[in-house]
Amino acid sequence: MKQLRILLNGLMKENPVFVLLLGMCPTLGVSSSAINGIGMGLATTFVLVMSNILVSMVAGFIPDKVRIPSYVVIIATFVTIVQLVMQAYVPALYASLGLFIPLIVVNCIVLGRAEAFASKNSVFDSMLDGLGMGIGFTLALTLLGSIREILGTGKVFSLTIFPENYGSLIFVLAPGAFIVLGYLIAIINKIKKA
Amino acid sequence: MEYIIIIISAVLVNNIVLVQFLGICPFLGVSKSTSTAIGMAGAVAFVMTLATIVTYIIQYYLLNPLHLGYLQTIAFILVIAALVQLVEIILKKVSPALYQALGVFLPLITTNCTILGVAILTITKEFNLLEGVVFAISTAAGYGLALIIFAGIREQFELSNIPEGLKGTPIALITAGILAMAFMGFSGMV
Amino acid sequence: MAKESNFKNMVVALFAITFVASASLGVVNEFTKGPIEKANIDAQNKAIADVLPAFEKLGKSYKVLPEGETDTLELFPALDKDSVTIATAVKSYSKKGFAGLFTVMVGISADGTITGYHILEHHETPGLGSKMALWFSNKDKPGQSIIGKKPGSDNLTVTKDGGSVDAITAATISSRAFLESVQRAYKALKSHSNPKNSGAIQNGATKEGANS
Repeated sequence: MKQLRILLNGLMKENPVFVLLLGMCPTLGVSSSAINGIGMGLATTFVLVMSNILVSMVAGFIPDKVRIPSYVVIIATFVTIVQLVMQAYVPALYASLGLFIPLIVVNCIVLGRAEAFASKNSVFDSMLDGLGMGIGFTLALTLLGSIREILGTGKVFSLTIFPENYGSLIFVLAPGAFIVLGYLIAIINKIKKA
Repeated sequence: MEYIIIIISAVLVNNIVLVQFLGICPFLGVSKSTSTAIGMAGAVAFVMTLATIVTYIIQYYLLNPLHLGYLQTIAFILVIAALVQLVEIILKKVSPALYQALGVFLPLITTNCTILGVAILTITKEFNLLEGVVFAISTAAGYGLALIIFAGIREQFELSNIPEGLKGTPIALITAGILAMAFMGFSGMV
Repeated sequence: MAKESNFKNMVVALFAITFVASASLGVVNEFTKGPIEKANIDAQNKAIADVLPAFEKLGKSYKVLPEGETDTLELFPALDKDSVTIATAVKSYSKKGFAGLFTVMVGISADGTITGYHILEHHETPGLGSKMALWFSNKDKPGQSIIGKKPGSDNLTVTKDGGSVDAITAATISSRAFLESVQRAYKALKSHSNPKNSGAIQNGATKEGANS
């Protein structure tokens, strides 16, 4: 069924992080713990779904030359909504994700999907695409976050797997992000080829 | 003295790419040759400094007095999009060769998180306008530094024997990680 | 599919979108203003309760600009049932953290003893500077803990600088900044003279005497 294929596309075949290599900044910056990964992933999914829906609705009314700025304003609106709502109801997560929440607006995935898919497809299909990409993004972020958190601190989601002293702090810091993601992409490429 | 600390911190200690994780997409995409890297760094420096000045003025003379703080994201990104259009037009006239070399990456500067990131950080760190400009120029210099070093290393990859599975993005990321480790050595400086 | 790109259409489209966007954000902002304010106050109250010993009620908070400082600090006196100040929570800060500014709530009792602290907001490195949240209140390690120490008489600086406090391993900069914020809190409390709240430090002499 076509709709199902659109939904599943973002999870494996065209996973935005591991395959399309988009949205690298938040992927590396926010994945220092599993819970941060999930929080960021869900926030981005909300923006992806809502902006895909809206762009699909108004694409016909926007002159071609101003379409990028228009899409950007639509995306920025939903990002601001996410900012305000998070600040009000989950302030701890908001403080934890910091600068990367407003940076969702320049997450190449969101603008990329608006331009490549939502502007050319129906509202329902665009919503599915946004959902699939968002979930794929969330999975990637959570996977990366969990690996880094376990290797770095021995904990994941507040469960202690092994004592912190045996953890390698480097994985929670900047270099660890690059290295773990590099190996993850290599492994996934290997799996896809097999 | 304060300015020296801002400069050293932005270029080395808190390098925007290798420590703060901003600007990764173009970092991986444009850093395949040193000359393109230099061109990209220059374009980013120009847009970043201008954007910081304009967004600073908008924040303190428009958004804050009218209590419209929640419009920051929209206002800032519109300013940046407009500025990138401007740079594109100027570059096309002044240096068509560089314009061609940068290709699709020029409009992508709009979605370059570094520009929006620096604009927002200037406000959060409560810099005044001059400090903000110094911060923007230093951050762009740090970005250029990381880009050029990385491009130099990647040019060497062509001649190296890399395992099949790691070719391309994986080895680039792992190298970036090692480069980030090297930059961690600066952390005692400020 | 899209409309023709003449100047009028472009301006109208962009203006319409921006207008609708700003208007909807204005509405959302109105709805979330209250909860955001409440969330901030709740976090602050929790921090205050965290750092202070048991008290009857909070007195009126006041701001102090100590001599030689550039920013004011906010102080929250805690009163017992006779409205005597038994301790004060001070919202202090340091700009010398590894990642710049961070804010701390420091609890200081009326006789100048640290009763507790709570890191409010920071961007220190995870696993290193971020350890300051628990390091300096670790009761099992008296060399690190500042709880029960008196900034007026004990030298609350890192051992590297000749003081009595063990810094966080590999995070000397964060440690120094943290202790600076504690000293700043003490200085603000000491320098303020508020006749309504009796029992403030400058009136009550510490056992050591001349240090106030």
